[in-house]
Amino acid sequence: MSERVTEKYTDQSRWQDLTVACDIYLPGTSAEFRTGDWRTDMPIWDAEKCKQCLLCTPACPDSSIPVTEGKRLDFDYDHCKGCGICAQVCPFGAITMVKEEK
Amino acid sequence: MAKTLEIRWHGRGGQGAKTAALLLADVAFNTGKYVQGFPEYGPERMGAPITAYNRISDEPIRVHSNIYDPEYVVVVDETLLTAVDVTAGLKEDGAIIINSEKAGEELRPLLNGYKGKIYTIDARKISIAALGKYFPNMPMLASIVKVAHVMDENDFLDEMQGSFKHKFASKPEVIEGNMQALRMALQEVK
Amino acid sequence: MAIRERLSGNEAVAIAMRQINPDVMPAFPITPSTEIPQYFSAFVANGQVDTEFIPVESEHSAMSAAVGASAAGARVLTATSSCGMALMWEELYVAASNRLPIALALVNRALSGPININADHSDSMGARDSGWIQIYSENNQEAYDNFVQAFRIAENEKVLLPIMICQDGFITSHAVENISLLEDDVVKNFVGEYQPKHYLLDDKSMAVGAYATPGFYMEAKKAQAEAMKNAKQVILDVAKEFKAISGREYGLFETYQLEDAECAIVIINSAAGTAKDAVDRLRAQGKKVGLLKIRVFRPFPAEEMAEALKHCKAIAVMDRSEGFNSQGGPVCAEVKSALYGCEEKPLIVNYIYGLGGRDVRVENIEEVYAALEEIVAKGKVEDDYRYLSLRD
Repeated sequence: MSERVTEKYTDQSRWQDLTVACDIYLPGTSAEFRTGDWRTDMPIWDAEKCKQCLLCTPACPDSSIPVTEGKRLDFDYDHCKGCGICAQVCPFGAITMVKEEK
Repeated sequence: MAKTLEIRWHGRGGQGAKTAALLLADVAFNTGKYVQGFPEYGPERMGAPITAYNRISDEPIRVHSNIYDPEYVVVVDETLLTAVDVTAGLKEDGAIIINSEKAGEELRPLLNGYKGKIYTIDARKISIAALGKYFPNMPMLASIVKVAHVMDENDFLDEMQGSFKHKFASKPEVIEGNMQALRMALQEVK
Repeated sequence: MAIRERLSGNEAVAIAMRQINPDVMPAFPITPSTEIPQYFSAFVANGQVDTEFIPVESEHSAMSAAVGASAAGARVLTATSSCGMALMWEELYVAASNRLPIALALVNRALSGPININADHSDSMGARDSGWIQIYSENNQEAYDNFVQAFRIAENEKVLLPIMICQDGFITSHAVENISLLEDDVVKNFVGEYQPKHYLLDDKSMAVGAYATPGFYMEAKKAQAEAMKNAKQVILDVAKEFKAISGREYGLFETYQLEDAECAIVIINSAAGTAKDAVDRLRAQGKKVGLLKIRVFRPFPAEEMAEALKHCKAIAVMDRSEGFNSQGGPVCAEVKSALYGCEEKPLIVNYIYGLGGRDVRVENIEEVYAALEEIVAKGKVEDDYRYLSLRD
């Protein structure tokens, strides 16, 4: 049976290949699930306008605004679902939502 | 099929009929027999009529029903004679043992035409004398052991002494009284 | 050396638990299983076991705590009856589907109502499809022996399912009878140490109880169903090893005078002993009667049972619980389904009996055999869903 769930568990997996009780033998495996695929609109970050106030970061429901040493970086597009809350909370117009071309 | 001795106890909730049946199972077990000791359960109700049973056999016992045609009946409370059909199914060549100060023949009119042997024992008098309190079950236990020839009387007393040492480890002062109740009952049942 | 003892069924199970010395026992009292945690908590207090005893506030919590402790890597057991198990309902499924090898001592008691504290199988039969292995016991000896074998079955890697060991409330749980106990170290060696492959308290991280979308749920259920199938062989293997230490033989079911029997009954738990006495009485009169006592109800030994019963002319399947499906009890439905594939099928009648502690006498079972004789004579079953010892 698979030890490494996220590599082998797909919707094509046979019952014989599932772990016992579908237990997951790794921590934080949700990081490997790319919810970014669900996005229709995407946020664009304008680093010039950004004052690094960090109001956007805690507002993000999907923890997709990474922060390093007190400063936000660009979006984690692997997990951002494009909800647009960050654009709403930004006081400086540094985040705009655009239609995503796939 | 192997001959199995069947005994039915009638008592009232709180008088220790169940305990006596389990002790009888114990002593018979210690003579090497196969035994069953079990009460007929219902909700706990102090004073309500209760029934308990014993089977004693040389062969393993498989049956798990109540007892309807006992060889012996033990009545722990005399007032049950008018409340419960204590002799129901009792074999004529068996016997009934009743806790009463009366002689057996005086009680026969209460026994629905039962023709077999009647033994009585004044368990109240014995219990008060030996223990200072009314616990009828020990005298009744000794009586059935004697009447049904479950085991040798001295072996029985030795057995009970050992069992009390275990049971009353935290209050050894009650052991002698209980032993005295058993000895008196063995003398007085008739 | 076997230890000759006399114990009630509850005491016997409590002693098996002491000898197993589990890691955790969460329990909540309910008649008639109360004595089991009561005796066991004395073992804990006396230092005879190292078990963490959790006096929980309900049976729902008892099974929840069992699930949590088992997922954490502990060997866990508990005990209950009747409405207590009904309150565990949700967690029974959680335990089974999370493949947690928990052992439950079930002392069978009727479910309300009318409220009743005596024996019947409506509690365990209601839980028959919850994914637990179910093993039934005729007397205190079998309750003890089955419990000693329980973890070896449940914890087997091919199985990993919870297991309930059932016995009849009061009839065996509170009856003192002779029993042969194994020595403590013999049981300890037989049961062995529990070494789960994956568990929450391990250094490696894991997640238990993950959500499964429709894309995965069916595969998960199929895997669980296969584990239940695997249990059958494991139960037999463990029984073989158990025989080596005890001399006592166990299978998926027990047959008694069945080989040449024309009329047979299928029965579970304590009334099987009573029925054996009935068989002996009737055999002494030259009647070809026999019985099959089901030990393992989950997994259901359908093929083996069909093989053992197919030669009979008529069978009475005894159900100590109602099914309320308007055509019989759950055991009968299973036995009928087991025999469906046979070319020559016995005639089958279902008896509902012993509900709420209604006493079952040797004479009552003799009545059933007499009815079977009549069925054979007529060549058909006129009313195949009957009640035994009913006033009507």
